[in-house]
Amino acid sequence: MKYALYTGCVAKGAGRELMAATVYAAERLGIQIKEMKDASCCGAGAIQEDNPLLADALNARTFALAEEQGLDIMTICGTCQGVMRTAQVKMEHNPAHKERVNAALKRDTGREYQGKVKVKHFYQIVEEDYGLENVAKRVTRKLAGLKVAPFYGCYVLRPHEYSDTKVPDRPDYLEKLIAAVGATPIDYAEKQKCCGFPILMPNKANALQLAGNAMIGALKAGADVIVTPCPLCHLNMDSYQPEVEELLDRKINMPVLHYPQLIALALGANLEELKMNTHVVLPNEKLLEIVNR
Amino acid sequence: MAKTKFLVSRYNAARDTKPYLQEFKLEIPQGATLLDCINLIKWTQDGTLTYRMSCRSAICGSCSMKVNGHARLACKTQAAEAVIDGAITIEPMGNSPLIRDLVVDLEPFFDSIDRVKPFLVPDDSKQWKRETLQSHDDYRKIEDASTCIMCASCWSDCNVLGVDPRFLGPAALAKAQRFVYDSRDNETRDRIEFLSRTTGMWDCTHCAECATRCPTDAKPLFRIKELRTAAMTYKITDNNGARHVLAFRESVGGFLPGVGGGGLLNENYVPIRSVGFFNLDGILSLIPVGIRMIIRGKNPPILPHIIDKIGEVRAMFRRFNDYRKEYRK
Repeated sequence: MKYALYTGCVAKGAGRELMAATVYAAERLGIQIKEMKDASCCGAGAIQEDNPLLADALNARTFALAEEQGLDIMTICGTCQGVMRTAQVKMEHNPAHKERVNAALKRDTGREYQGKVKVKHFYQIVEEDYGLENVAKRVTRKLAGLKVAPFYGCYVLRPHEYSDTKVPDRPDYLEKLIAAVGATPIDYAEKQKCCGFPILMPNKANALQLAGNAMIGALKAGADVIVTPCPLCHLNMDSYQPEVEELLDRKINMPVLHYPQLIALALGANLEELKMNTHVVLPNEKLLEIVNR
Repeated sequence: MAKTKFLVSRYNAARDTKPYLQEFKLEIPQGATLLDCINLIKWTQDGTLTYRMSCRSAICGSCSMKVNGHARLACKTQAAEAVIDGAITIEPMGNSPLIRDLVVDLEPFFDSIDRVKPFLVPDDSKQWKRETLQSHDDYRKIEDASTCIMCASCWSDCNVLGVDPRFLGPAALAKAQRFVYDSRDNETRDRIEFLSRTTGMWDCTHCAECATRCPTDAKPLFRIKELRTAAMTYKITDNNGARHVLAFRESVGGFLPGVGGGGLLNENYVPIRSVGFFNLDGILSLIPVGIRMIIRGKNPPILPHIIDKIGEVRAMFRRFNDYRKEYRK
């Protein structure tokens, strides 16, 4: 089982702990990953707004690079996953568009996107290709007693036509993983809502309010930590949590884990190996108690 | 056939302090829509159940309601397919004041549409002697937005409206796209400038609820993205949202097309570029999070990351304007 790892920008920048946990978890699970060091930013929806054809061509280039290696792509960012699948589905549904993208790509890079590569988030790979039961077999640290609130992020769920998440209005990928590693999934109304990160620059108050609503929802439902497959959700809820607390005038103190961090914890990683000391919100008492068992 | 549980939200201001779910049981007739079932409940079980409906053909937009938590047209929903664990939960639309049972006050929704000048403004300096024709290609640019039936499903589930009722909202922005892209309209630039203000196009957070719930091809999220493309093309970029997009273009592709881009986003550059280099308050507002991240070692590397084979990406960005010209929706 081998994938071309598309890191996205955050895992190389403000979320390097995501990269560390991905490498740790993939190695212990026996999933081979080869980092795509030549892949560009997916555009995150922003380059798509600036120049739609260029954005699709950038993603087609990434797809072509993986096809040349004969590997499917593993993403570790919910936003990258949604944006890249959108580019792919647009080309699948509109052959004329694919032709235009490929003509430009070939002209500028000599490459061509065939349409064969699969693009999957780590969380889809774990459930659909690897098997949660195989994760459960490798768990060395049962996370029993840890209440984990899943937070999906928009891009892996919506619009449905660009999402590969099965039953995207009632997803259960994260809940099943949480249960497979021995922790308890927490249900709450905001788990499929927006974290607000995309409007942090144009409208910070709304962005922080959305993040706050999600974290308060998780807190009220009794969660010890949040887990998310999207590092942008992580950034808004973790790095801006002190500002959210100030806005809402209440303490939250909610650690926000990246998806692979939860797996890595269950596979025995210590907090240093996962660089959890780089989170703005450090592991709380409950998480420390579980890890130090 | 077993009866299905219909959990229907009820509220009568004269009697109730808050809405509650009332359980009805009904055998779903073969092929019945959800609206058919609600009608049956009203006609045979409780005549006081209140909701809006009219055409039964997904064209009038009256019967939008939350079905299992998400806005849908009751007349366009097969009841049998909406059953989850033997039940269907039906509630009024969100982001709107409740009037009674499943009926909400749609005034705020229609006010939002009025705010975007939802009519064509032709060039008055010309002497129009006959109707203004459009090419097929020009019509295609506004065709999707024209299919909106004003059902307010997008408004109901919009995440931003949930925290900020001043937001123009998805339907109004989709309606605005229909005029910004109309070849016969003479106020394109003014419209984009108005829509670029706070509460406008850049306040959308891409949650994509609107595009998911929309029962037509209007799909507001995609229209909002087209509005932003228009703003970038018209170079109306004096705001944080548009500068955020420029930050992507510049750090990924280069400051001049294809000059100096690293292929990945430079996360140190983005926030400063977005608030504006000379916006002292904006820059100061970034300091707390910056310090927090530096203390933890979470700050992005100072030297921007440059991908392997960057020459290919820079070559693509050098033809930035060609890509724009070659784009066909």
